[in-house]
Amino acid sequence: MARLNLFLLVAVVVCALGVVTSQHKARKLFQALEGEQEKARQLEVEYGQLQLELSTWATSPRIEKIAREKLRMRTPEASKIMTANARGVTP
Amino acid sequence: MMRFNGPRAHKFAESPVLKLRFPAWRSRLMALLILGSFAILIGRSFYLQVLNNDFLQEKGDSRYRRELEISASRGRIVDRHGDVLAISTPMKSVWAIPADVQLSPQQLKQLAAALEMDAKELSRKLASDKSFVFLRRQLPPDVGEQVAALRLPGIGQDKEYRRYYPSGEMTAHMVGFTGVDNKGLEGVELAFQAQLLGHAGSRTVIKDRRGQIVEDVGSVKSPQDGKDIHLALDAKIQYLAYSQLKQAIIDNKAKAGGAIVLDAKTGEILALANWPTYNPNNRERLSGAQLRNRALTDTFEPGSTLKPFAVAQALEAGKVRFDTVIDTAPGRLTIGSATISDAHPHGALTVAQVIQKSSNVGTAKIAAMLTPLQMWDMFEAVGFGQVSRLGFPGEVSGRVRPWKSWRPIEQATMAYGHGISVSLLQLARAYSVFAREGDMVPLTLTRLEANEALPLAPTPVFSQQTVREMRAMLEMAVQPGGTAPKAQIPGYRVAGKTGTAYKIEGGQYAKKYVASFVGFAPASDPRLIIAVMIDEPRGAQHYGGDVAGPVFAGLMSGALRTLGIAPDAPRPESTVAGMQVALRADAQVPAKKPAGKGKL
Repeated sequence: MARLNLFLLVAVVVCALGVVTSQHKARKLFQALEGEQEKARQLEVEYGQLQLELSTWATSPRIEKIAREKLRMRTPEASKIMTANARGVTP
Repeated sequence: MMRFNGPRAHKFAESPVLKLRFPAWRSRLMALLILGSFAILIGRSFYLQVLNNDFLQEKGDSRYRRELEISASRGRIVDRHGDVLAISTPMKSVWAIPADVQLSPQQLKQLAAALEMDAKELSRKLASDKSFVFLRRQLPPDVGEQVAALRLPGIGQDKEYRRYYPSGEMTAHMVGFTGVDNKGLEGVELAFQAQLLGHAGSRTVIKDRRGQIVEDVGSVKSPQDGKDIHLALDAKIQYLAYSQLKQAIIDNKAKAGGAIVLDAKTGEILALANWPTYNPNNRERLSGAQLRNRALTDTFEPGSTLKPFAVAQALEAGKVRFDTVIDTAPGRLTIGSATISDAHPHGALTVAQVIQKSSNVGTAKIAAMLTPLQMWDMFEAVGFGQVSRLGFPGEVSGRVRPWKSWRPIEQATMAYGHGISVSLLQLARAYSVFAREGDMVPLTLTRLEANEALPLAPTPVFSQQTVREMRAMLEMAVQPGGTAPKAQIPGYRVAGKTGTAYKIEGGQYAKKYVASFVGFAPASDPRLIIAVMIDEPRGAQHYGGDVAGPVFAGLMSGALRTLGIAPDAPRPESTVAGMQVALRADAQVPAKKPAGKGKL
């Protein structure tokens, strides 16, 4: 009887310690998850800002200005444009 | 657990204290006192655990439970290729609870520097007797971090969103804008408010002493970001429309203008530009004139651009053929007490020439063959006097008076576009009848997927025969001898009609004009419909063909090139034989200019 009780007592103590450690681990992991989620949110914000930046740099007026003034490109005259049928070419 | 073993056990019973004799009431009193205090304890715990439970639970929760809002962002607005037209990005707003703020002069200086504010103004705001003041709103996130790093008591931050419009004034009227509270106020932002709006979520958490989240309690309500809106708009064509329109308005010293590009096959609005416009990113000093989306919300008397409809109706009803001769001499026609006249008198014209030369007299004579009901039915069928059901804010229906009250002179003037008012969008949509096989396509603001069925079936108006004849007439109007040779585009067959209408001021036709041009190309298989309207050109020219025609030509040629639509005009060097020769000639000298074409 005494041995059984002693054994149960040890088992209870071990279980209790187990609960404490696993709770602690769970919280650690939860904090790590929180951190990663925060990071994901920040990256999403950054992505939005980069998209904004991209579309600001790539506006048509800016492209036209650079093409015409810096690269000296121009629209070809109609007589210099030739069209070829794309027969047999799969799109 | 104790056991009596042997004679030594008696020691317990032999305590000298137990041998003392006390009066019986003393033990009873003690028992009573102990019982009584137990009763008090039970009562107290009952009070705390049951009666007062809610209050205490709440107090406990407020010490470690926090309800956090998870913000959701507003959807983006993108063009048909996914280029961003409107996007939200998070900003910080810095606030203070003045009663809690105690700053040293040094800290005040730091805070003012971080907020880029005047230190005096900052201290004035902090001296306010309000319980809550915003110090600055819509700050970039890095400024927010700087302020947070100062760790000042009573100063806090909120996350909020700011809307950016990268293409600025170019797409201002189409996209619209939102207010500070993220609510759409104009344009697509307003029309699609319900889809764009995000719904914030929330979660309840337990925080520890250092403010870190320890765990989630209860269920998490996840936030729902607003949906992206894919417009039918093509940013490149929109830019062409905007820049061409702007140039024409500056060149002709005009007051205002609008241009619309429609896809004839699908009814998608590929571009919609207005002048004057505004920058939606900086909306200080906005005037009503800048805000007006003229192409949709303003009606005008379209003038000659309406002629093809009355004539097509006469063709459809079998009243005339394309070669029926109409005598328009001497360039004047008197109906009742009013006289209609042509800008340039012509003699006898065929029906086709009436359209080509844009003769008012000829059109009035053709329209006189129709009953008012026939004409009214046709106007109704091509959508005049009706809202186009785009869901766009401020859309107008225009005005077509009921046919029963038409006098003959009114029927005549309506045939050439006076006494009736339409919006530019309606005009462009009506021309889809000629650009398609006689049916009118419903318009859409949003992109249709490839091979996606039209949201509403097109409504048939004219027969294919009528449409073919009318297309040929409209092509003549753009050719030499027509009213709009300036609307020609090298390489493509173009069909279209000019309009030059007098403006009404105070019930009288003033010497002010609205020049317009509506047309489509390639005429062999129309893909694009473009309508251009220039309000009050005050330069040397005021005719639609001279003012609006070149805008059409510039915009159409650019748009056709952007979409990669093959030229359909017969040119000597582009015949099959010529092409083969040219290709062969090219093939013989492959190394000479291989990069030349890549530079297009």
